[in-house]
Amino acid sequence: MHTILLKEILTERTWHMRFAAPLIARKCQAGQFFMLRIHENGERIPLTIANWDREAGTIDIFFQEIGATTELLASMKEGDSILDVVGPLGNPTHVEKLDGTFVMVGGGFGIAAGYPVARAFKEAGNRVIAVLGAKTRSLLICEDLLKGVCDEVLVATNDGSYGTQGMVSDVLQGLLDGGEKIVLVYPVGPPIMMKVISQMTMPLKLKTIVSLNSVMVDGTGMCGSCRVTVAGRTRFVCSEGIDFDGHEVNWDEMMSRQKMYSRQEKEALEHYHEHGGCQGGCR
Amino acid sequence: MKKELTVQQRCAIPRHEMPHQDPAERVRNFNEVALGWDRETAMEEAERCLLCKNPQCVTNCPAEIDIPGFVKKIAEGDFLDAARILRASSALPAVCGRVCPQENQCELTCVMGKKFKSVAIGRLERFASDYALFEEQLPTPAIAPPTGKKVAVVGAGPAGITVAGDLVKLGHDVTLYEALHEPGGVLLYGIPEFRLPKEIVRLELEVIQQLGVKLVTNFVVGRTASVDELLEEFDAVFLGNGAGAPSFLNIPGENLNGVYSASEYLTRCNLMKAYQFPHFTTPVATGKKVAVLGGGNVAMDAVRMSLRLDADEATILYRRSRKEMPARIEEIENAEEEGVKFHYLVNPVRFLGNETGWVTGVECLRMELGEPDASGRRRPIPIKGSEFVVDVDMVVVAIGQSANPIVASTATGVETNERGYFIADEDGRTTKPGVCAGGDIVTGAATVILAIGAGKKAARALHEYLSGSGSWPTVSPSR
Ligand SMILES: Cc1cc2nc3c(=O)[nH]c(=O)nc-3n(C[C@H](O)[C@H](O)[C@H](O)COP(=O)(O)OP(=O)(O)OC[C@H]3O[C@@H](n4cnc5c(N)ncnc54)[C@H](O)[C@@H]3O)c2cc1C
Ligand SMILES: Cc1cc2nc3c(=O)[nH]c(=O)nc-3n(C[C@H](O)[C@H](O)[C@H](O)COP(=O)(O)OP(=O)(O)OC[C@H]3O[C@@H](n4cnc5c(N)ncnc54)[C@H](O)[C@@H]3O)c2cc1C
Ligand code: SF4
Ligand code: SF4
Ligand code: FES
Repeated sequence: MHTILLKEILTERTWHMRFAAPLIARKCQAGQFFMLRIHENGERIPLTIANWDREAGTIDIFFQEIGATTELLASMKEGDSILDVVGPLGNPTHVEKLDGTFVMVGGGFGIAAGYPVARAFKEAGNRVIAVLGAKTRSLLICEDLLKGVCDEVLVATNDGSYGTQGMVSDVLQGLLDGGEKIVLVYPVGPPIMMKVISQMTMPLKLKTIVSLNSVMVDGTGMCGSCRVTVAGRTRFVCSEGIDFDGHEVNWDEMMSRQKMYSRQEKEALEHYHEHGGCQGGCR
Repeated sequence: MKKELTVQQRCAIPRHEMPHQDPAERVRNFNEVALGWDRETAMEEAERCLLCKNPQCVTNCPAEIDIPGFVKKIAEGDFLDAARILRASSALPAVCGRVCPQENQCELTCVMGKKFKSVAIGRLERFASDYALFEEQLPTPAIAPPTGKKVAVVGAGPAGITVAGDLVKLGHDVTLYEALHEPGGVLLYGIPEFRLPKEIVRLELEVIQQLGVKLVTNFVVGRTASVDELLEEFDAVFLGNGAGAPSFLNIPGENLNGVYSASEYLTRCNLMKAYQFPHFTTPVATGKKVAVLGGGNVAMDAVRMSLRLDADEATILYRRSRKEMPARIEEIENAEEEGVKFHYLVNPVRFLGNETGWVTGVECLRMELGEPDASGRRRPIPIKGSEFVVDVDMVVVAIGQSANPIVASTATGVETNERGYFIADEDGRTTKPGVCAGGDIVTGAATVILAIGAGKKAARALHEYLSGSGSWPTVSPSR
């Protein structure tokens, strides 16, 4: 059992949670994720390890309420417990001293997922810039967290309520036009954003590493649910990734596979609303 | 006391059949298909055994079960003692009684089989072990005094469970690490409820925990801790992580939605109980026209599962003929009775999909059988221009498993072969002293009983090593 030690709302439907997971906290590194299952009847869902405290044995997550499992998670209180957590999973992001600037481009919950990676690149002695995107100012998360580990934090909002009006890609273009010597771009967030950024950097031969969020079951390479075509080959995101070269990912396939369970996800959410998550009791 | 039967009288008793749920009924539920025996049937079947002095059946049981010993107890009506004999050799008798390919193991070499039909050893094993799980409890066996040695067992499948059970009885301090949230390995996430009720697996696992095995679930060796890290804390390690990574055909369209590996399909259904969606939150596709590629036990399980999940038409596509199919005959017959269609001598060449990215068809080539290949089976050869399309809305690829590198990649000094399987000697010793391996991660995907057999040998080798009497031989990477 893993006790929830802290829960706070960041913006509408986006939460920050901390819970006890000493085995994960002991080992995890930037770029890794873990899986949790809330109760006996629950689904295993992958979440990025956004922060950790090795001494205290705790990990932090930032998540968005989008379906049955994340809504149930959001309804839990400090002191409640999660049945299963397992990890750290996936390969740590390859971090090194670069010959130029590292730019993390974050959208949605991806901002939180990009945080430990930005921090690791900073700790490796790099110049680090974060480009954060949100629909509107009130939906922006983790700005202060990133300010603590980046040389510069730039924001784009669709409605112009904060930072540059437009997309994260516009801000990235601005940096490039301004002569910033960028050598590695790390977009993390909705696949469509990662696709757009990858397509933008491809003709520039600007190295772009993406962390993919495909649908997973075990998270250890045993099922193939998370598979996606990269450079013409089928790769398992959970065991061989989750980082891949953004220029080599078959994005259309990746996005289509993410929608495989759209119908059932709706049904699960309706069921959750009727039965309060069916925590073993509804049968 | 009943009178001893003569050999003639024993031979005159016909082998007893196993009652099954009616096919039309059972495709609409997930309950066990084979219903088991009552006491009278079991005792009568047990009377068929000649109680050979030099029992040939035992020579072909990797778990080294005293078969005439336990069968005699059943004939005498002492079911609990029969179960005790079974348990003395195997940690999973109720499982083996159900899924062991007996026809190729003990029952193949049973002398009764030469002139008559072999004794139904597997069914008797199931009967006696179920008795001890459900009717009357066996007392916990004696455990050797603590040796002070600590052993980590990686993977709670049949191989790991066997090693853990055997070593704990010898007085070692055993911790069993399992990556998933529940132990059991393929018994849990692969083989469906209708063939092996999960209750059985759970109860057998309770037994080894009562013996003192510490179970740690949600622990992925290679990620949560490496093998090298385990060796800092433990005196010896057993690697029984199975061959869990699914193989694909690598043909166009394989990543379309609706195309599953058997591992994913069965894991969603069995481990995550997707057949009870939405009461259980994990979803699974429920195709109306399902094709399963492959001809082994895994393919049979997947195709029969799809029927229970509402498929109107479920078809096996297999590249050789029925004779070459590796699945157990019993499972093929069960599938046929349930209405599964079989297309033999066809080879899928690509998957077709619609505009939403969902699979709609499997394009196949017809094959003919040529000369025997290395496995002794006749090699299928494609017939040019014979392409045709099987309409589907779901596909399960069940063409085999391969080694998952997560464990091996973090174990220094433990060598693997070119396919990623651990190199080990007859007794499971790897190239690193104090580390044994066994089961599917050494042999490639095989059977429950072979994994158990490998576990027994490895437990002996590790015990010898831990007792200080066994030096570690040089294990050469020859296989
Ligand atoms: C490596 C990885 C890291 C992630 N990190 C985070 C994170 O830090 N914060 C966060 O908010 N979300 C993260 N996600 C996404 C998160 O896993 C999904 O939001 C969650 O599974 C949705 O579950 P649900 O039942 O609430 O919604 P559902 O209604 O089931 O699904 C909503 C969407 O989530 C995706 N999804 C559903 N099931 C799974 C699954 N088993 N595995 C992966 N995706 C699934 C689907 O694409 C679907 O469109 C991550 C995903 C991956 C693969
Ligand atoms: C669908 C299906 C049907 C089958 N039917 C039959 C049958 O009827 N009869 C028969 O005899 N055989 C059958 N088999 C084969 C049989 O199940 C296997 O040969 C047997 O289970 C192998 O045992 P094992 O202990 O080596 O590995 P597994 O059963 O695979 O167990 C390995 C365990 O290790 C765990 N693990 C893996 N990696 C790690 C890690 N890094 N850290 C911690 N734990 C880890 C896994 O989660 C798993 O629990 C079937 C197989 C399948 C898939
Ligand atoms: S374990 Fe398998 S081989 Fe051994 S007696 Fe039982 S059924 Fe036969
Ligand atoms: S070989 Fe057959 S008849 Fe002889 S002891 Fe074994 S089961 Fe009985
Ligand atoms: S989630 Fe099962 S292989 Fe990646």
